[in-house]
Amino acid sequence: MTSIIQATLAKDLRLEWRSKDAINSMLFFALLVVVIFSFAFDPTAEESRRIAGGLIWVALLFAAVVALNQTWARELRNQALEAYRVSPAPANSLFLAKAFGNFVFVAVLELLMTPLFIVFYKLRAIGPAWQLIIVAVLGTWALVVNGTFFGAMSLRTRNREIMLPLLLFPISIPAVLAMVTATTNILTGESPAKFWIVLLAAYDLVFTTACLLLFETVLQAE
Amino acid sequence: MPSSSPAVVLENLTKQFGRFTALRGVTAEFAPGRMYVIVGDNGAGKTTLLRALAGLVRPTRGRILILGTSDVRAICSQVGYMAHASLLYDELSGMENLRYFARLYDLADTSRCADTMSSVNLDSQLNRPVGQYSQGMRQRLSLARALLNNPQILLLDEPFSNVDANSATQMVGLLAGLRDQGKTMLIVTHQSSLLEGVADEFVQMQNGQIVNRSQRDANQ
Repeated sequence: MTSIIQATLAKDLRLEWRSKDAINSMLFFALLVVVIFSFAFDPTAEESRRIAGGLIWVALLFAAVVALNQTWARELRNQALEAYRVSPAPANSLFLAKAFGNFVFVAVLELLMTPLFIVFYKLRAIGPAWQLIIVAVLGTWALVVNGTFFGAMSLRTRNREIMLPLLLFPISIPAVLAMVTATTNILTGESPAKFWIVLLAAYDLVFTTACLLLFETVLQAE
Repeated sequence: MPSSSPAVVLENLTKQFGRFTALRGVTAEFAPGRMYVIVGDNGAGKTTLLRALAGLVRPTRGRILILGTSDVRAICSQVGYMAHASLLYDELSGMENLRYFARLYDLADTSRCADTMSSVNLDSQLNRPVGQYSQGMRQRLSLARALLNNPQILLLDEPFSNVDANSATQMVGLLAGLRDQGKTMLIVTHQSSLLEGVADEFVQMQNGQIVNRSQRDANQ
């Protein structure tokens, strides 16, 4: 199973490196959000700390949808996914490889966007800044695990680009709430983020388990 | 498995897509080590039959037994499937594609990939992405992918479409050789004349049913 996850992940990273389909559009979208909102609000440092949590995660959520759509779109070209379906490789290896791949794409985006957010919104954390790393890791996983699952589910629908956000956004509300509140709490330092981090971890655990249990049914659906 | 047992058994196989019935109670047996050519008009149910055998569509009714088992997942490493689409990644080279698919079958031996590419007359050193291959080269690489796991049963959907005459003749020779090694082949094609000299049996489909089976004259 590990060998198939590695092979599929390496294949997806290679495909993305050569096509740059996902990362270019994600980056462009996220940049647009940062620049437009910085012009629209022109906030003070204090205001920035209050709104940045929501702004960062909304920008990343919308940008991630681009990657999540791309990850399955490339499996539809030449119907390459069918080659996986007829092989003895376990369905969950494909799911995990895709989720890890999307995690890498969104993490790269976060690394590129973080300095821009800091500069454009004059951000400096008052609370424990190291907790932002935990929120970023758990929050990104929450987005990609459900996004990968619902991306596969909307694969055979006619309007899959529209269907994915329609399925993903409502189910992500508890995770987005936890990510935004935890980030805001850390940036403002007004209250601890521990409760929201634990909630995020529990969300990740529940949805990762559910996705792993259901993915084979989704993959083999006609 | 004794050679007298059929390699593939279809029992009252029916497949419906909504109101459309693609397969209507198909019952048939296919002996091991033989080459069957499935012919018929568009919409006759040939591709659906192959997809059902590959485990890509679930029968609405009826049963499929491959090498004595109805558990498709258990037997899939013994089945090679070549679809009408190439099932390949355009951004990867031929060898990169085969290496990836080899891992799905737990084949660590990369020489197997190179050998399989050579067997379909493709250069394993070719670094061009598959997206830049000609249609005929893609078709041959697609066949290589289906042969990668050395399957006992080969399901080939239009293997000669867009392949030039020379390459098609070479592919026919390769398939005849594989049949002689004991592999069972079900080949869907509109170019059945290419296989007239080598096929063991022609299976005619019409309206989701097998309407005629004709064995090749042994003296041919």
